[in-house]
Amino acid sequence: MNIVGWFTDPANWTGSGGIPAQVGYHLLYCAVALLIALAIAVPLGIVIGYTGRGEALVAGFANALRALPSLGLLVLLFLIISPVAAGKLVYVLPTIIVLVLLAVPPILTGTYAGIQNADPDAVGAARGMGFTKRQILMRVQIPCALPLMVSGVRASTLQIVSTATIAAYLGLQGLGRFIIDGRAQANFAEMAGGAILVAVLAIALEFIFAWLGRIIVSPGLRRAAAKESSPLATTVVEPASP
Amino acid sequence: MKKRSIFSAMAFASVLALSACGGGGGNPLSGGGNTGGSEGSQVIVGSADFTESQLIGSIYSQALQAAGVPTKEQFNIGSREVYIQALKDGSIDLVPEYTGALLSYLDPKSTAATPDAVSSELSTKLPSGISMLTPSPAEDKDVVAVTQATADKYKLKTVSDLKPVAGELVLGGPPEWKTRTQGVAGLRDVYGLNFKDFVSLDAGGTLTMTALTNGQIQAGDLFSTDPGLHSNHLVALEDDKNLFAAENVAPLIKSAKQNDKVKKTLDAVSAKLTTDDLISMNAEAATGTNLADIAKKWLASAGLSSN
Amino acid sequence: MNWISSNLDRIVELTISHTWLTLVPTILGLIVALPLGWWAHRSGRGYAAIVGTAGLLYTIPSLALFILLPAVLGTKILDPINIVVALTLYTVALLVRVIADGLSSVPHDTVAAAEAMGYRGWQRLLLVELPVAVPVIAAGLRVAVVSNVSIVTMAALLGIPQLGSLFTQGFQLRLFAPLVVGVVLCVVLAVVFDGLILWLNKLLTPWRQRTVTS
Repeated sequence: MNIVGWFTDPANWTGSGGIPAQVGYHLLYCAVALLIALAIAVPLGIVIGYTGRGEALVAGFANALRALPSLGLLVLLFLIISPVAAGKLVYVLPTIIVLVLLAVPPILTGTYAGIQNADPDAVGAARGMGFTKRQILMRVQIPCALPLMVSGVRASTLQIVSTATIAAYLGLQGLGRFIIDGRAQANFAEMAGGAILVAVLAIALEFIFAWLGRIIVSPGLRRAAAKESSPLATTVVEPASP
Repeated sequence: MKKRSIFSAMAFASVLALSACGGGGGNPLSGGGNTGGSEGSQVIVGSADFTESQLIGSIYSQALQAAGVPTKEQFNIGSREVYIQALKDGSIDLVPEYTGALLSYLDPKSTAATPDAVSSELSTKLPSGISMLTPSPAEDKDVVAVTQATADKYKLKTVSDLKPVAGELVLGGPPEWKTRTQGVAGLRDVYGLNFKDFVSLDAGGTLTMTALTNGQIQAGDLFSTDPGLHSNHLVALEDDKNLFAAENVAPLIKSAKQNDKVKKTLDAVSAKLTTDDLISMNAEAATGTNLADIAKKWLASAGLSSN
Repeated sequence: MNWISSNLDRIVELTISHTWLTLVPTILGLIVALPLGWWAHRSGRGYAAIVGTAGLLYTIPSLALFILLPAVLGTKILDPINIVVALTLYTVALLVRVIADGLSSVPHDTVAAAEAMGYRGWQRLLLVELPVAVPVIAAGLRVAVVSNVSIVTMAALLGIPQLGSLFTQGFQLRLFAPLVVGVVLCVVLAVVFDGLILWLNKLLTPWRQRTVTS
C-alpha cells in the first residue's frame, strides 16, 4: 500500500477527478450546506436566545437531528426524491439536505447560548445608557455572542466536512470519491489518501476558524476571555459521522 | 459483486487509513486470529445482509439441523471483509458465497469467467483454514438491465444490441465497475460500448434499481435473481459474449468444521438448488414472508428436510 | 402500518438493544472523562495535550474503529463489545474538553468563597466546582448521547441487532415502512435521552437564570 506514491503521482493531481478538483467539489458541497444552515440557524438562534422561550423545545429537536443516521437518511431521501426529480438534482438534493440537517444544531446552539450568556454587565450598562431593547440586541448581545457563534459554526463546518464524503455514495464528486472508489477497486492507497485528505482539510479549516475568530471577535471580549476562561465549550465538537 | 451493504463503504477506507499511519502494508484484515469458536460439533452459520444470502444461510442451517448437526445462526453481517474475518476468527463457521464475487475479492485481477475456471482458480486463492464445498448449479449473476420502454425503443435483447445506441445512454453500477473488466472497461473492450456517462451507485441494489426505474440511468447493473426485474418490468440483456463471471452459490466453511456429515448434507443441498429456486424464493421474500419459513418450504420440496 | 403491527416485537427488541448500546458507553465515557477533564483543567500543558489527542480521535470514522478494535483488543470481530468500546472512546473524546472548560467556567469568586468557607481539595471539587459546572457538562453530554444514537446504527455492518437493522431490512425488501420507522425511532430515542439529561440538569442546578434581558 503505497500512500506516499499515490500522493506523489502527478496523474492524481490533474484532470477532473484529480485531488484539487475533488477538494474543490468537496468544499462546494460544504459551502452550500453551510450557507443554508446559517440562514436557518442564526435567525432562529437569535430569536430563541433573545426571547428566552422555546429553548427546550427547539433546542431539543435540533439536538435530536444529530441522531439522524446520515447514510440511512441519504438513501431514504434518494428513494423519496427519485420519482419526482430529474437529472443531477436527484443526487444533489438528498446530499445537501442531510448535510444541512447535521449542520444546523451546532450553529443553533452556539447562537442562542451566546445570546443568553452575553455578559450581564455589558447588557446592564447598555440599558443604563438608555439603549432600546433592539439596540441592546444588535449592538451588545450579538457582538458578545460572537465567540460562541463562531465556535458553533466551526463545529458545524467540521461535521459537514467529514460527512460530505457521503456525496460519493450517490455518484457525486468530492473526497469521498477516493474513499469509495479506492475501496471498490481494492486500491488501498487511494482509499487511505482520501481519508487523509479529509483529515487535513478538517485541520486546515480549524486553523482558518481560529484566525477568523481573532478577527471577528472584538478585542475587548478576547482580553476578557484570556483573563478568565469563559465557558467556550457550550458548543462542542462532535464525532465525525461516517 | 455482492455488496449490497449500505454501511460498508467508509469502513475499509478508514481502517486502511489507520493502518497506513501504523506503517504496515497490506490488508489489516488478512492476518486472521484463529481462536477457537463454537464448541464441538456446533456449526455457526452466518450470512451477508441481503435477502438471498439469508435465505441460503437459513437453508444450510435447517438442513444441518435435520441431519443432527447443532447450529447457531448469525445472519446479516454487512460486508464481505467483516464476514471473512469472522470466518477466520471463528465467530462463524459457515457462510453462503458466490464463486465469481469471492474470486474477484480475493484476486481483483482475475479474469476467469466460466464456472469451472472460476472454481479452480478459487481453490488456489482461498485463505488457509477455509475451504469451499461443491458449488451449486444455482447462480445469481450480474446482468445489464434496461426498462421495457428502452428495450422496445432500441430493440434490445442482448448486450451487443447496445452498441449503436450506448452513446445516448447513461450506465449505472457499483464504483468498481469503472475500471474492471467485468464492468465499464470490459463492456468497452469486449462489446465496443461507449456509454454517455457512468454513475457510481451500488451493485444491483436499491440505488441502481430506483435510478433505473425512474429514468436517471438507462442501463444498470442488477442481479439475475432479483424479483424487481420482473415486478418493475425490466429486461435483463443477454450476456452473449460471456463477459460476466459465473456466480455459483457455494458454502464457504472453516476447514476444521468440515466433517463427512456436514459435507454430505451441504453437497446434497447444493446439488438440488437451482437458479429458478432462487428466483421464486426471492419473489416470495419480497412479499414479506418470514425467510426461515421460505427456507423450510424449499427443503421440504427438495426432499431434504428429514433423514 | 400493517408491517409495524406484525413486527412490533422485533421493533421493541431492536429499540431496547439500541438503548443499551447507546447508554452504557455514554455513562462509561462520562466516568472516564471526569478525571481526565479535571486533570486537563488543572494543568495548562496537560490541557493542550489531552484536548489535542481528543480532537484527533474525532477524525476516526466510527466504522473504522469498529473494525480496527478487534485487532487491538483481541476480541472477535462480531463481538458487540467493540461497539461499546468505540463509543466510549468517542464520548470520552467529546467530554474531556467539555469538563475541562466547564470546570474553568466556575467563577473565581465562587471558588474563593468556597475556600474561605473551609472547603478544600476534593470537597471543593465535588461539592462546589462540579455542581456549578453541571450546565456546561450537561450540554456536552446531550450532544454525546445523541451522536451515539446515530453511530450505533453503523453496527449493522457487524450484524448486531439495533435500529440500523431496520434500515438494512427496508433496503433489502424495498419497503418504506422499516426505513421510516428506523429513522423516526432514532430521533425519538434521541429526544428522550436529551430530555432526560435536560431534566437532570434542571434538577441539579436550581439556581440557574435563563435570560439576561426580559
